[in-house]
Amino acid sequence: MVQNQRPVQLFRNMSAKIAAIPMVLTAMVIFVGCSAWTIFHSFTKSKLLPTTKWVGLDQYERLWSQNRWLISIENLAIYGIFSLVFSLLIGFMLAALLDQKIRFENTFRTIFLYPFALSFIVTGLVWQWVLNPEFGIQKIVRDMGFETFTFDPLYNQEIVIYGVLFAGLWQGTGLIMCLMLAGLRGIDEDIWKAARVDGIPMWKTYLLIVIPMMRPVFITTLVIIAAGIVKVYDLVVAQTNGGPGIASEVPAKYVYDYMFRNQNLGQGFAASTMMLLTVLVVLIPWAYLEFGGKKKHV
Amino acid sequence: MSGRNIMIYGTLFVVSIYYLLPLYVMVITSLKGMPEIRLGNVFALPVEITFEPWVKAWSSACTGLNCDGLSRGFLNSVRILVPSVLISILIASVNGYALANWRFKGADLFFTILIFGAFIPYQVMIYPIVIILRELGLYTKLGGLVMVHTIFGMPILTLLFRNYFTSIPEELFKAARVDGAGFWGIYFKIMLPMSLPIFVVAIILQVTGIWNDFLFGVIYTKPDNYPMTVQLNNIVNSVQGVKEYNVNMAATILTGLVPLIVYFISGKLFVRGIAAGAVKG
Repeated sequence: MVQNQRPVQLFRNMSAKIAAIPMVLTAMVIFVGCSAWTIFHSFTKSKLLPTTKWVGLDQYERLWSQNRWLISIENLAIYGIFSLVFSLLIGFMLAALLDQKIRFENTFRTIFLYPFALSFIVTGLVWQWVLNPEFGIQKIVRDMGFETFTFDPLYNQEIVIYGVLFAGLWQGTGLIMCLMLAGLRGIDEDIWKAARVDGIPMWKTYLLIVIPMMRPVFITTLVIIAAGIVKVYDLVVAQTNGGPGIASEVPAKYVYDYMFRNQNLGQGFAASTMMLLTVLVVLIPWAYLEFGGKKKHV
Repeated sequence: MSGRNIMIYGTLFVVSIYYLLPLYVMVITSLKGMPEIRLGNVFALPVEITFEPWVKAWSSACTGLNCDGLSRGFLNSVRILVPSVLISILIASVNGYALANWRFKGADLFFTILIFGAFIPYQVMIYPIVIILRELGLYTKLGGLVMVHTIFGMPILTLLFRNYFTSIPEELFKAARVDGAGFWGIYFKIMLPMSLPIFVVAIILQVTGIWNDFLFGVIYTKPDNYPMTVQLNNIVNSVQGVKEYNVNMAATILTGLVPLIVYFISGKLFVRGIAAGAVKG
């Protein structure tokens, strides 16, 4: 517009810069600034209020000596691994089934996906009810004549996290199915034809040709599931509130409870920094593969 | 029907039951009276249909000292939702437009930070944000929560809009500039009218995401302003008194209703929205 006047560098493209102010503030103040603030304060003696009194790794030592934190980590690991495996497995299988040119595809897809529209709070409460031994599945099976049948995951410390997993899979697998289905639809028809001509059985075509071709979809899905797992919080709050006892605690709940209930900020900061570290362990290799690899071609 | 088809439809049918069962149980439980629930089977249809649990859940269920039901949480959620959706989309769309068409030095760096920031667990940032909001006088106010939703919606929305605006042919943009249109002129007269579908996707994404939020609601508001999800959890998981399962189920359905309606109305667009939103992680 005013190019021939050659204005000062800073004022060029002024409107765009103004429009980008919220983004710059979010990126620098919230994502970089607030994270750095929390990481720094995880090395301090902060209790009721944040202080800058340095105590080195004390908070982390205390964190890792807490039984509750260890259980949280263990639960996260169990929940994470199983939810990763089953989400991928169920999601892919449902997608493959829907991809067989079946009738009512839209109906089935609607049924599998609707739980994803619901919040984790709603999901947790529904499954609290379905898994309630006095009313839910256990009672039904007992009423059918199996008097000794026991299925009460939410009241059994040993298996409570699997009860949470059940609900989590119910809510999230529909999304994975959708992503997988989009991936399957992106595969060239000719590949299927060629495989059929060569007489390769269907399962082999999936395993040896289609799945390797869908590698980018799998990687994206993997990152999505992994990033969601670390944040799991509402589901546990609604379904079990960490119980029975502390058997279904998760790291995100530890952070919230220590920051806003137990008035022990330092522990909350240290725990949240550990959560960040967990994400980085997943994210850095992915970013490296995704973006580091591409640079070679450019 | 061939054996193969029976297998496929059989499997899909059985899996459908797993997905539909909880919804079915919720709906029928909410229509039963308490005596019937204690005696009967959760899967049995109600002998006598009653809407009382729904009325109670909406207008007189108690959370702590307030006994005006979920209607309070519903209104709060609406008051949070409307400005959050509008402001976050407005800011992100203008931002995405600036990134796509008015590139300036440093833009890519901030954008990269923004996208990677989407993967940082919220727990790392929640406390410093409390301090920031307190300094601004917005802590526990609805305005503060709107700001938080705008901030955390920004990565995915900006990405969505940037990618969409990049796909619009550049000739259009250049022609408009030759005709003397400026930054805002092009945005309002050309980009906005051309990108209604992406705005719909963004709205779907934000409405479901913000409505379903629990963490920010519980941290950045106080009991009077609690959104519906927080209030629902307080009603259902309160330890006092006899558990009224029918009221709880009615309350749960009421809370899930808004995103469910969005889901059933929007159909294919919803899938597009979540596929994009999933990156939010």
